[in-house]
Amino acid sequence: MAILLKEHTKVMVQGLGKEGQFHAEKMLECGTKVVAGIRPGKAGQDVLGIPCFNTVADAKAATGANASIIFVPSPFAADAVMEAIDAELELVVLITEGIPTLDMIKVKNKLKNSKTNLIGPNCPGIITPGIGKMGILPVSIFIPGKCGVISRSGTLTYEVAAQLTAVGIGQSTCIGIGGDPVIGTSHRDALEMFNNDPDTDMVALIGEIGGTDEEIAAEYIKDHMTKPVVAFIAGSTAPKGKRMGHAGAIIAGGKGTAAEKKEALRAAGVAVADSPADVGITAKRILEG
Amino acid sequence: MKIHEYQAKEIFARYGIPVPEGQMVTEVGDVKRFFEEKGGPVVVKAQIHAGGRGKGGGVKFSPTVEVAEQAAKDIMGMTLVTHQTGPEGKLVQRLLVEKAANIETEMYLGFVMDRETSRVAIIASTEGGVEIEKVAAETPEKIIKIWIDPAVGLMPFQAREVCFKLGLEGTAFKGGVKMLQNLYRMFTEEDASMAEINPMIVTKEGEAMALDAKVNFDDNAGFRQKHHAELRDISEEDPLEVEASKFDLNYIKLDGKVGCMVNGAGLAMATMDLIKQCGSEPANFLDVGGSASAEGVENAFRILMSDKDVKCVLINIFGGIVRCDKVANGVVEAIRNIGNVEVPIVVRLEGTNAKEGLEIINNSGLNFHTAQGFADAAKKAADLAEGRGGA
Repeated sequence: MAILLKEHTKVMVQGLGKEGQFHAEKMLECGTKVVAGIRPGKAGQDVLGIPCFNTVADAKAATGANASIIFVPSPFAADAVMEAIDAELELVVLITEGIPTLDMIKVKNKLKNSKTNLIGPNCPGIITPGIGKMGILPVSIFIPGKCGVISRSGTLTYEVAAQLTAVGIGQSTCIGIGGDPVIGTSHRDALEMFNNDPDTDMVALIGEIGGTDEEIAAEYIKDHMTKPVVAFIAGSTAPKGKRMGHAGAIIAGGKGTAAEKKEALRAAGVAVADSPADVGITAKRILEG
Repeated sequence: MKIHEYQAKEIFARYGIPVPEGQMVTEVGDVKRFFEEKGGPVVVKAQIHAGGRGKGGGVKFSPTVEVAEQAAKDIMGMTLVTHQTGPEGKLVQRLLVEKAANIETEMYLGFVMDRETSRVAIIASTEGGVEIEKVAAETPEKIIKIWIDPAVGLMPFQAREVCFKLGLEGTAFKGGVKMLQNLYRMFTEEDASMAEINPMIVTKEGEAMALDAKVNFDDNAGFRQKHHAELRDISEEDPLEVEASKFDLNYIKLDGKVGCMVNGAGLAMATMDLIKQCGSEPANFLDVGGSASAEGVENAFRILMSDKDVKCVLINIFGGIVRCDKVANGVVEAIRNIGNVEVPIVVRLEGTNAKEGLEIINNSGLNFHTAQGFADAAKKAADLAEGRGGA
């Protein structure tokens, strides 16, 4: 079953340019049901055998699509998400990076009381091994299983998934929630979904410096989580006041350090790996009790 | 993106936020001219991208023209060290000279992005002119916090509430409400990520005014704020970081010996952490991006090589959509093009086409150290950088 991306998920692609087409093809190859593309003004054409529509609502009505992956360039990305939320899609994955924060604040406001789960922006997407993927993640490193993975980063998610796979721990769903300050789904939101998912037995949480998302996740774990959690926090060596690539990864006013986050997670009973190379073996140790 | 105080005040003035009459100068003599034209007393302020300037001796109240002239001479060209500059300090190349205000009361006003609520928040306090972090930690009851609904913007009742809580009255109250509304308009129209007035003052004449101004812009909004590019002062930035930004590389200079080249910000941070755990220090943060193109790799390499502290380079690539063989070709080509690369290079390739990539590295005839796994790579690089055997 896993979370968010499941067997019933039918995907449309907003932004079927070069990048969108490349990834749509990869998504189809691993079995994802990609059923529609959105190209305003080009309805009736098809790309890679995928029928194109003018609007999200048209695509939904004609194909039954209930999810969207967005590759639209940053100046137009917020509009694309709003359209998807308006059409009441269940799941929207926003890959685009470089979206202005004030645009995302408006998107986040529209998400409230909507029927949509938004993943991203500035994220690698989501994969449910064996079912499909909505994103740019390399399929080969994932195997089906019962460990959920939540991470702000792209390649670090791959690193951790590969470590889990190497020690024989398969994944229920892996979510890259994105590296921006304002994102659709937080660590806490994803933890709650995994906690309620009968097919997830444990969760690997990969955080990084900046903000308080990991501290909020730690509170949730302490009060509600019934499954073991392993974690790693990137950025112990990051200097204050410098943006470490991700717009969200910045230690501001002495807050958001790796040390604070690790401490909060440990206090909530999480097995925190100090080394990013030890997440796989830490998970294995927990599973073997 | 950071800008100078004088630039922030120019923007404030455009949005109707009262600021002291002033002028940015790059010549010491212009301070005297300003004093003579406008009259004193004046305040001479160092313009650098860091706070804490007053404590560091970068701000001088000058009641006479002689004092102003001396202050300008002292501050211009000084290396100002504050708690935000680091021990190396920053060279002062510009001054702001302003007419001194008659201060009745000082307070704090800031607009920030609140990540927890995903809203713009107003932070205000009756405690002005001091570090707001300190006020928040020691006397949290003195912090006023209001969140703005993005659908409707800052409502007048919210601006009034803040000003009542700041204890403003009469013309200062009216001016304060207007200042808040104008500051919010500036924040949203200019895509700011932070706007801080510390101190905001009420003058003895009853006017609410921004005595200081700090504004940061959202780098992601550059496409619709093209005029912000003119406000950038690259002399305030690290030269290698400026060079890297020309090639869209995410590079931050640090103090260690291991030069890092990694794809992805999270993995790049994790690589730095692991190097430290292995007993060395990273020389930089460098994310070559998801595509890790041959050109990007070559430019990244040149930047790493121009950092004389680098004693070893660690290339850590996790191939996803980008193929490791393509990256390997880029690395080999870059080193051949640059020539004379004398520092040892540790390469770790994982993920898509990693095997093919390693073959290219091994058959290149160049002297690479290949690593098996993340931990091995970091250990080898740390050992080589520190001159330890066994690598």
